[in-house]
Amino acid sequence: MPETEIKNYTLNFGPQHPSAHGVLRLVLEMDGEVIDRADPHVGLLHRGTEKLIEYKTYLQAVPYFDRLDYVSPQNQEHAFAIAVEKLLGLDVPLRGQYLRVLYAEIGRVLNHVFTVCAFAMDVGAMTPMLWGFEERERLMEFCERVSGARMHMNYFRPGGVTMDMPAGLADDIWAWSESFPKFIDDIEELLTENRIFKQRSVDIGAITAEQAFDWGFSGPNLRACGVPWDLRKAQPYDCYADLDFDIPVGKHGDCYDRYLVRMYELRESWKLIRECLKKMPPGPVKVDDRKIAPPPRAEMKHSMEALIHHFKLYTEGYHVPAGETYSVVEAPKGEFGVYLVSDGTNRPYRCKIRAPGFAHLQAMNLLCRGHMLADVVSVLGSLDIVFGEVDR
Amino acid sequence: MSFMDRAARTIFLSELISGLGLTFRYMFRPKVTLNYPYEKGPISPRFRGEHALRRYPNGEERCIACKLCEAICPAQAITIEAEPRADGSRRTTRYDIDMVKCIYCGYCQEACPVDAIVEGPNFEFSTETREELLYDKDRLLANGDRWESEIAANLAAEAPYR
Repeated sequence: MPETEIKNYTLNFGPQHPSAHGVLRLVLEMDGEVIDRADPHVGLLHRGTEKLIEYKTYLQAVPYFDRLDYVSPQNQEHAFAIAVEKLLGLDVPLRGQYLRVLYAEIGRVLNHVFTVCAFAMDVGAMTPMLWGFEERERLMEFCERVSGARMHMNYFRPGGVTMDMPAGLADDIWAWSESFPKFIDDIEELLTENRIFKQRSVDIGAITAEQAFDWGFSGPNLRACGVPWDLRKAQPYDCYADLDFDIPVGKHGDCYDRYLVRMYELRESWKLIRECLKKMPPGPVKVDDRKIAPPPRAEMKHSMEALIHHFKLYTEGYHVPAGETYSVVEAPKGEFGVYLVSDGTNRPYRCKIRAPGFAHLQAMNLLCRGHMLADVVSVLGSLDIVFGEVDR
Repeated sequence: MSFMDRAARTIFLSELISGLGLTFRYMFRPKVTLNYPYEKGPISPRFRGEHALRRYPNGEERCIACKLCEAICPAQAITIEAEPRADGSRRTTRYDIDMVKCIYCGYCQEACPVDAIVEGPNFEFSTETREELLYDKDRLLANGDRWESEIAANLAAEAPYR
């Protein structure tokens, strides 16, 4: 009997598939159950953030960064705050830096807890998700107490943070940190050695360090390939230079190593949170410059000059000297960069956002080719994609 | 040796059983879920919820129509019109907040120089129709009257930090 060529089957994965992590539309060319080509179609959550920011003052642009990667909003604000500070030439007071690093690390824990648990759910384990959300709930409560919102904090500002943390919050975060390692151990007990989890993740979506460089990987996904690259160490921002932490690296660059790197990073973030709380210096939390940071309310009520500054800051905002900067932070998902161009007015001339998820998503074809259909969700879950930042 | 060890663990399903044991132990822990409409999670004095327009203790509305909140609002959710009142004081004739546009960033309450517009502790204001979420001045003042005691307590608690 002569051999006949059967045409590839094209499968539409998403955008409403629950394991498409939001609104990813993936067009898969299948050869039986093996993937020949994976073609991600993005843009379903496009909101025009970059363009909108061009029409906002620098202060008004901050909440837009919360809404990019909505799993860890703080870290995006951090990048923007640092970019504006660089253009303005500001030095943030030490307590402000420590508060930002504390909350950036809380954001990292929020993100990694969610990612690991969502990854586990993608490959069939329901329990970690239920336990993980309890832990996230506790952390979001800390976010709410310091800023007033559980997720979209709007807490980091160019020049520091909005407000000091309320009395008693540091003790509560410390109390939480006492119990957190137990949670990581429990999740690891469920997943790390579990044969079903390992069958679904070991050697799936493996990538070498060279390939990872070629495709613009960063963050835990790059570190899982064995590259010890972390912007917190490579070009420390805020007070990371004073803090002691390790960078976990993987070996094989597959889904399992990406999971392991994230679990280890949770422990490192836990260490950083405790270190920040221990070293937290007293003092102001934002720059003492009335042209940038609004005056305290008590002063605004009786000082005419402070009132004028208050009005000026909340209407016109501040003018940023002409120039351009590319500022990066190590967001939980990877290198999150803000390329900010200022023309000397009170609004950014251009604000390009470099989202790590976008670079990771473009490697989907490379990672999925030759694997089975069920492995697509594994790869997607381990890459840590959030569409808020991919589509912007 | 490591082969024997691994083979034994594979045959006796050790990691699956220890995982099951862990979930079993969790069953006897106190529940963390809340029976929502009857039980609610804690919220802090800084919570940014539904907006309210406040009054002075003598019943006079605080808002002086400086329009700072309108200017700072990133979502342009606030619309204000103002003219002098019969007694000569400057007041708003119209103060609308489109709660559908609002992103609850808290800039309006930060900007307000007289603590008139605040984001109160109420987060349960869902409606069945969209139109009900287009708040006008009467609705916002009514919110203020309804939540005044909580809002005043929260503002007093937050005063040292602001």
